[in-house]
Amino acid sequence: MDFGPYLFVASLEGAITAAVLALTAVGLSIVFGIMRVVNVAHGEFYMLGAVLAWWITSMIAGHPALGFWVAIVAAPLLVGALAVLCDRFILNKVNYDPERTIVATIGLLYVIQQTTLMTFGPEARPVQAPFNERIALPWFEYGESGFQMIWPWGLSTTTYKLFVIVAAIIVLLVLWWVMTRTRIGLIMRATQLDQEMAQAHGIAVNKVYALVFGLGAALAALGAVLVVPIQQAYYLMGSDPLLLSFIVVIIGGLGSVLGTVVAAVLIGMSDGIISVFFTPTLAKILATLLVAFVLVFKPNGLFGKSRE
Amino acid sequence: MSQLTESAAGFQKPLLSQGSRSILLHVGIVILLFLLYFALPVYHSGNLARILVLAVFAMGYNVLFGYTGLLSLGHALFFASGMYGFGLAIQFIDVVPIVAIIIGLLSAVVVSVVVGILALRTTGVAFMIVTLMFAQAGYLTVLLFGEYTRGDEGFNIHRSDRVLFGFDLSQATNRYFCALILFAICFFLTAWLVHSRFGKTLVAIRENEERARMLGYDIQRHKLIAVIISGALSGAAGVAYALLFGYAGASFAAVQYSILPLLYVLLGGAGTTIGPLIGTVFMFYLIDLSSDLASAYLSSEFASAYMLIAGIVLILLTLFAPQGFAGLLRSKCKWLP
Amino acid sequence: MSLISTRGLSKNYAGLQAVSNVDFNLPEGQVRALIGPNGAGKTTFVGMLSGRIKSSSGSVIFSEKDITKLPAHKRMTMGMAYTFQITSVFSKLSVHENVALAARRVIRDKPSVVNAKVTSVLEKVYLADRYDQIAGDLSYGHQRLLEIGMGLAQSPKLFILDEPTQGLSATEVEGFIELIRVLSENTTILLIEHNMDVVMKAAHYITVLNFGEILAEGTPDEIRANQSVQTAYLGSH
Repeated sequence: MDFGPYLFVASLEGAITAAVLALTAVGLSIVFGIMRVVNVAHGEFYMLGAVLAWWITSMIAGHPALGFWVAIVAAPLLVGALAVLCDRFILNKVNYDPERTIVATIGLLYVIQQTTLMTFGPEARPVQAPFNERIALPWFEYGESGFQMIWPWGLSTTTYKLFVIVAAIIVLLVLWWVMTRTRIGLIMRATQLDQEMAQAHGIAVNKVYALVFGLGAALAALGAVLVVPIQQAYYLMGSDPLLLSFIVVIIGGLGSVLGTVVAAVLIGMSDGIISVFFTPTLAKILATLLVAFVLVFKPNGLFGKSRE
Repeated sequence: MSQLTESAAGFQKPLLSQGSRSILLHVGIVILLFLLYFALPVYHSGNLARILVLAVFAMGYNVLFGYTGLLSLGHALFFASGMYGFGLAIQFIDVVPIVAIIIGLLSAVVVSVVVGILALRTTGVAFMIVTLMFAQAGYLTVLLFGEYTRGDEGFNIHRSDRVLFGFDLSQATNRYFCALILFAICFFLTAWLVHSRFGKTLVAIRENEERARMLGYDIQRHKLIAVIISGALSGAAGVAYALLFGYAGASFAAVQYSILPLLYVLLGGAGTTIGPLIGTVFMFYLIDLSSDLASAYLSSEFASAYMLIAGIVLILLTLFAPQGFAGLLRSKCKWLP
Repeated sequence: MSLISTRGLSKNYAGLQAVSNVDFNLPEGQVRALIGPNGAGKTTFVGMLSGRIKSSSGSVIFSEKDITKLPAHKRMTMGMAYTFQITSVFSKLSVHENVALAARRVIRDKPSVVNAKVTSVLEKVYLADRYDQIAGDLSYGHQRLLEIGMGLAQSPKLFILDEPTQGLSATEVEGFIELIRVLSENTTILLIEHNMDVVMKAAHYITVLNFGEILAEGTPDEIRANQSVQTAYLGSH
């Protein structure tokens, strides 16, 4: 394949990464933005979404698409419910103290990850996509008779991959609508601005926090369900999304859904393209160092205004 | 009135014996560990050598977390710097062990200076994430140079490279007493440190940084020195691990080796000199026993899931005993260091 | 001779002029009160003297050295001490250790020398019998005294106190005025104070700040008589 079409495929793959990353990172972002909690276990909620999707699809006989549609609804709900329990019985009990919640969510990370290892096993398991037609993509080239459309071999995508991108966009739009246009969104934003004030106005802050933590986890799980027909479910699959979400959230500005989405598209696309040029390990080293240096040299500008 | 006399008495007597009680406690623990080697069956004394080295790691972590109040999530980087500084030097530049040990310690110090200078520009949650990211970059670097480090698989250090002053450290008795000597040095060193002017200033920074600054203390300098001491002790533990057990592998640079010292210290009691040892012993045997039980009655998958125990203990500690064992003990006997 | 002085000292907060162009001189040995209505810029001004707040322009001279660019902790080592407006002690440490931390920075000597200093300071601030108590368990008034003790332990040339009598009972305030009188024998004192009774009794000289500028300066009697001060400040009380 020529370089041009190759880059085109890479950016399409990048768009899928970006779509899933946007969902996952927005989940992390609202949790930090509203609750001021850094959820280190976020990647495990993502992993759990994928594993549950595998479990649900393998439980339901009949057409493979049926299992998938059940999973896409049920897995995020189950993960969200689990997150609500974690909020009630752990985070709430340490009063959302920033350092203690990090330590607690590290504990949670290992509990979820290792329990999955013990029950689900160390293998990677596939989930079948509900539909998966190959679509050949055209490429334009300057030939003897001016511009012409060609169909290079290997330049293709699938209907499912396009569906992932569209689904992510729809979910994000719905989320945006909920956050800005509904009462529940208003309550969330009020809590974000001033927790005590919100309490004084009769908002049950504890309930809002439980809801937000559940929503954040559910978004990660949803992203994972979408990606699992492409990637397979695996008990260690949570670490990369966690790292990337951190990067996105730190660069995009915390609590800002729009900033997070923009950063996710940027990072997701460049992740696809960078991996064309670098080995994945080197790319990850650069990414981790990027997060570290942004925090070191732009602590307030990019990490929100958590400290005076 | 009774309160008055009590505090007047507290003014004279315990002050004198506080220091000697503390010395007695520390010396007593080292003597106990010395005797334990002869009392315990081989299996446990082998474990204990490992525990002592990991306890040194935890003591290093405690200097920063327990006494200075800085929660690092990246101490695997310092441990691994020592381990690989030593291991790679002995493997590829063909130096005698003592030189490799010095190279290992120096690399841990250099890494902690760099990480300290950068990470200390941040505070709180940002500090935690920055240290986590640096350690992650370090882990990935070990993988990137897999040609030399052999990545996750790791490499063995040859028996002939594990001889120090004529003692073959692959031999169990020598290994145990080498670990004990290192432990004792670091144990007394931290005990002395926290009673020194410098250590007390670290506690002041932990308790109220702004007040300490306005008393005229240079906060950044104190914190940086604390990072370096902490990094050097962790690096020493890394060197010792490679030297005594003859192996260096990427898993020691991975994130769980940043979490474990935090866990040891939290469990044993942050900001106490004996806490790290207590926490390490307890956690080590908790994991050891549970994986024994699991492999006996369940399956090998259960046995490999040892970090599950770590996760559960971490959550329980945050919820119910943020002070750890020694913290609970200290609320009973105030003189504990 | 001025122990501390400022030339054209100013502070902008995002376009808001909190302190503008202040020329200030505090002679050695004086007890100076800094008064003014809320939001007059007193704490900002004192913050720039102590180094907690960076100045936007102008200079600060202390002991004949330009300290404008020095960080706070260096200024303290030059002989300043500072107590916070909101009580700030090491609340989990003992009363003794609180004062010892302050003393140890200045006295680089054996623990026994430090302890002697701590004991003498605690006697001065009426806390000698609470030597072993945890600072956080002290009453509010005693914590304020402890803070003053921490300042004293540094044997400062200049002692800056930000609203030291806030929240003290009437008898405690009387004790405080007496304490200032004793301290002023060895130390220059700059006092931000709202309690006019304390100001009139304790200060030798008063600076009135209003809208970030010096409105008037003078002895307590002169300030009491000053018409513009009365309208700007005293009248509003």
